[in-house]
Amino acid sequence: MADQSPIDTPTDRAIELEDVLKEYVSHGEVVQAVKGVTLDIAEGEFFSLLGPSGCGKTTTMRMIAGFEEPSKGVIRLHGRDVTDVPPNKRDVNMVFQSYALFPHMSVWDNVAFGLKQKKTSREEIKRRVGEMLEIVDLTGREKRRPREMSGGQQQRVALARALVNRPRALLLDEPLGALDLKLRQAMQLELKRIQREVGITFVYVTHDQNEALTMSDRIAVMKDGLIEQLAGPREIYERPATTFVAGFIGTSNLLTGTATGGVLKVGEGRVLVPGKEGEVSVTVRPEKITLAKQEPSGDVSALPGTVSEVVYLGTYNSYAVRLADGDEITVFEQNAHDATVTAERGDSVWLSWQAQHSYVMGS
Amino acid sequence: MRRLTPYLLALPSWMWLAIFLVVPLAAMASVSLQTGNVIDGFVMTFSFGNYGDALGTYSTQLVRSLGYGATATAAMLVIGYPVAYWIAFKGGSRKSVYLFLLLLPFFVSFVLRTISWGFLLADDGIVLGTLKSWGVLSADFHVLATSFAVIAGLTYNWLPFMILPIYVSLERVDPRLVEAAQDLYATRGTAFRKVVLPLSLPGVFAGVLMTFVPATADPVNAQVLGGTGNTMIGNIIQTEYLVNNDYPTASALSFTLMAVLLVGIFVYARVLGTENVLEAAAR
Repeated sequence: MADQSPIDTPTDRAIELEDVLKEYVSHGEVVQAVKGVTLDIAEGEFFSLLGPSGCGKTTTMRMIAGFEEPSKGVIRLHGRDVTDVPPNKRDVNMVFQSYALFPHMSVWDNVAFGLKQKKTSREEIKRRVGEMLEIVDLTGREKRRPREMSGGQQQRVALARALVNRPRALLLDEPLGALDLKLRQAMQLELKRIQREVGITFVYVTHDQNEALTMSDRIAVMKDGLIEQLAGPREIYERPATTFVAGFIGTSNLLTGTATGGVLKVGEGRVLVPGKEGEVSVTVRPEKITLAKQEPSGDVSALPGTVSEVVYLGTYNSYAVRLADGDEITVFEQNAHDATVTAERGDSVWLSWQAQHSYVMGS
Repeated sequence: MRRLTPYLLALPSWMWLAIFLVVPLAAMASVSLQTGNVIDGFVMTFSFGNYGDALGTYSTQLVRSLGYGATATAAMLVIGYPVAYWIAFKGGSRKSVYLFLLLLPFFVSFVLRTISWGFLLADDGIVLGTLKSWGVLSADFHVLATSFAVIAGLTYNWLPFMILPIYVSLERVDPRLVEAAQDLYATRGTAFRKVVLPLSLPGVFAGVLMTFVPATADPVNAQVLGGTGNTMIGNIIQTEYLVNNDYPTASALSFTLMAVLLVGIFVYARVLGTENVLEAAAR
């Protein structure tokens, strides 16, 4: 399935990274935090850097902000080479993890800080800070100190402090990490709304795949200092480029074996891998699999197994099905109107899915 | 019972303070209003004149002490702040080593340290003697027995008490705040002035208190390094008490010094009160 996001080929490039590499010396050993990253971020795009901790996503963002200098490579902001430009001379602003609000200043002074440094006129500071506080819904709280505010409010102050400068791009380093789930979900929508409203390029660092999928136009999935896949959320989910991406984004089942004639035999079952031969690994999402008591007919992948666990999760049921070789497959079944389960623990069942839902890696 | 526990736990320290601070203070207040001499004994006469006499006689030394104390405190601030800053932000994993080095001189007695400064600064000592033999300084140049020697000694002796509280307040400044300021177009200098400095002011405040008070009252440095022309109020009190046995005058001077310092601190706190300082820095 093709990616539906509007920005597949960046036209107006806000941020360009060209073979950017970052090395540290730690305990006398050279460590490569980022091992050559190349990417373009389009104007107005919501771009996410997604990966587990230590994958290099934060270092990459800090290099865009100017806090770290790349050991090699070029960084351009709107076509201008900024590789050696200090952070205070870059037209990007950052929302820090845990916000880094100035504790000795009021909300108003925090938000006005950047404009004051840019020698903006008093009237304009007043107008723009007022407007910005309205956008983030903090009007009337101007005189508060950061520590007198809740986490969500501090988050919005941090956002306002960066956005009020009208940067060409906004960098966000796990900005919702410190919030509880409910607030995080609300802030995700809020961030999306604000981004639409101000029309600024957002670069978003997160380890939370749901967050990245919900908000991003495009996602770069990183691992060990390299980009594993760079695509829209739909493509990343439906067509993971590597086993790592498949495992990191959402839940997925992995089957490996030797294919002959476009079919991978697994015990009594079969997995269709059209046109593949030899060692293959097959990824299939739990919600694409159908569960039935009888062996399915037709041109589908089909595997027999025994239900080892059924978990009721409200909107869907989750089954764990043990195959003959001991592998366990997860299956999600939409909780339909009759609210019954197809199988109980211990039942023998058949799993089936269409060939298009197998994502096959290998020869 | 549980509600009383914290008070019971605090009781020993309260009793300690009551016995060893309040009682001597009360005794001293009483002595400062008595008249008499050590042979015939002292009687309470409520002679507030003691204060006027003491102040009239020794106002020079009192003013000099405040001047030396203030100068030394300023010098400590100028020298100590960069040291604290360096340890807090550049000390890395060796922070505790540097702090230990800072405290190492305290393993030697205060008086001995001051006397060794006397050796260092002696007219024909290691420093001046060498410079004189090279012809850099004239033969009659001296440092000992000058106000410079006393202030230098005070600065040296109390410096760690300036550095430590400033270090503690700088240590708590999140380096990301500096990054945030730089991200918001501030230069390194502005980031320091608008963010780091205001956040370290509580430490500066504490450091000044912890050094100005003892430096002003200190008798050792003036005695060892100051010769005869640089007597401080601490020396006078000591002499009145231990040599002249004029307990009322010594007590009156002690109280006067305490009052002056307390008023000074109060004014200082009002003018530079931490909350106000922070407000001002935000503008």
